[in-house]
Amino acid sequence: MTTIFTTILIITGITTILAILITFANAFIADYGEKKIVINNDKEFIVEGGKSILGALVDNKIFIPSACGGKGSCGYCKAKVTEGGGPILATELSYLTDEDKENDVRLTCQVKVKEDLKIEIPEELFNVKQFQGKVEFSKDLTDKIKHLRIKITDGQEIEFKPGQYVQLLAPPYPGNAEEVFRAYSVASSPSQKDQIDLIIGLVEEGLVTTYVHEHLSEGDEVIFNGPFGDFYLNEDSDSDMYMVAIGTGMAPLRSILHYMNENNIERRVRYYFGARKPEDLFMVEEMKKLEEEMYDYKFIPVLSRVGEDDDWDGETGRVTDLVEKYLEDKAERECEAYLCGSAPMIDSTEKALVEKGLKEDKVFYDKFD
Amino acid sequence: MDINPMTILIASIFTNNMILANFLGMCSFIAVSKEIKTSLGLGQAVTFVLTGTSIINYLIYTYLLEPFGLEYLRFIVFIITIAAFVQLVEMIIERYVPTLYYSLGIFLPLITVNCAILGVSLFMVIREYTLLQSLAFGIGSGLGWTLAIVALAAIRQKIKNAPIPKGLQGAGVTLIITGLMALAFIGLSGVVTIQ
Repeated sequence: MTTIFTTILIITGITTILAILITFANAFIADYGEKKIVINNDKEFIVEGGKSILGALVDNKIFIPSACGGKGSCGYCKAKVTEGGGPILATELSYLTDEDKENDVRLTCQVKVKEDLKIEIPEELFNVKQFQGKVEFSKDLTDKIKHLRIKITDGQEIEFKPGQYVQLLAPPYPGNAEEVFRAYSVASSPSQKDQIDLIIGLVEEGLVTTYVHEHLSEGDEVIFNGPFGDFYLNEDSDSDMYMVAIGTGMAPLRSILHYMNENNIERRVRYYFGARKPEDLFMVEEMKKLEEEMYDYKFIPVLSRVGEDDDWDGETGRVTDLVEKYLEDKAERECEAYLCGSAPMIDSTEKALVEKGLKEDKVFYDKFD
Repeated sequence: MDINPMTILIASIFTNNMILANFLGMCSFIAVSKEIKTSLGLGQAVTFVLTGTSIINYLIYTYLLEPFGLEYLRFIVFIITIAAFVQLVEMIIERYVPTLYYSLGIFLPLITVNCAILGVSLFMVIREYTLLQSLAFGIGSGLGWTLAIVALAAIRQKIKNAPIPKGLQGAGVTLIITGLMALAFIGLSGVVTIQ
């Protein structure tokens, strides 16, 4: 009995002393004092030295996209560090391209603030805020896709462009020990400033999707930040629009369509929405209903795996086939395309569109990984 | 065990070298031996950590573990002290010698799991060294480790442009070189012996 006690006592004693030592060292040796971060040669912030740039910016309510929460495993939190970043660290190497290295682009979660810094980030990141919300409802659209409505409860209003995305936080839950952010496009119109809709598919072993599908229920508190992203409606143009989406790619396009409807934007729109089987289609009625309300809009669902017993008289095949079938050669007319879905779908559709005469810089897309 | 600490120091550098006689600490030995400058830096860090941990571990072992008959705890206790010590060294280097910090990169925290360090602490209690002997053993092993990795780095720099068969490039040829170095060091084995 005494042996057990002395063992526990000694081990605890040694670890406690060492922990105290390290804590003191952390407070005195790793204390870099207050440092100045200058953003875009314009805004200045005084931050506590020794932290990562990402963490220091979050303290000042500036949110750089980061899906892994600063562990150096997603590679999203890149920003240009023009002064004071020090040499590139081994932990950054695998996420930086040669172009990044030449342009002083760094992973802000790995670079510590040890000196005064000068960094450059896109202006629109200053609009990014963190929101608290409550799940108003969580409905099954298909057996793998959920429709989530989050009501903002902290009194803030969200301003975003239709098509942009937010990052939803999954707190630790059984099976996942750490906080993690994942990006989801907002599916509701920007005119609704006190709530957002998300369309979230279940990804096998996906940390946040599993959280949303299996652990999140109506009335739960959630945290998200945003908006992010450069995929949004180009309002400076009145050219024809081709929208192509599969699965959860519906989300940003739904936001764009509702926004166009509310603001009476008069453009010709064709929306090709692909799924495998009839039961994988969702929001068809809502999308069809917009046909009556909008200026010149058609919703064309297409199924790739129709069985013989299925009651389906619509289009069959892949969305890429539809693009090839329906797009007239319109080299003389300006067209824009908005693509949303998996990378292979987008790559093949973009190719088909360009072959039909669309300009590559008029094809906008949001690849969902 | 009545060996002169000086003998232990010399022996642990040349004849009982941690790498070339015991093949401990191979991971960073192979990974960080591409450049003399970096390997010298890591060698210094390892020497420093070895010296520090051998003293601390000696004191903990003799004055805490032995009196209570808790010798069996030595593995876990040694690892904990080594980890904490490395953490401290890392903070100090990051703050005061940033160039060394950047060139060592990920290998600085990896000193924690360098088997040469745990090896030294364990050997010294198994061989029942005194404090002075342990200190000499720690310093000597560190210097020996540094000598070996710097020598290897020098050789690797020399053979950088040599036409090495594809399958042997990198770790393969490095292990062969290490083997040859170990053979060469055996030539010194008659000079001093400590076990």
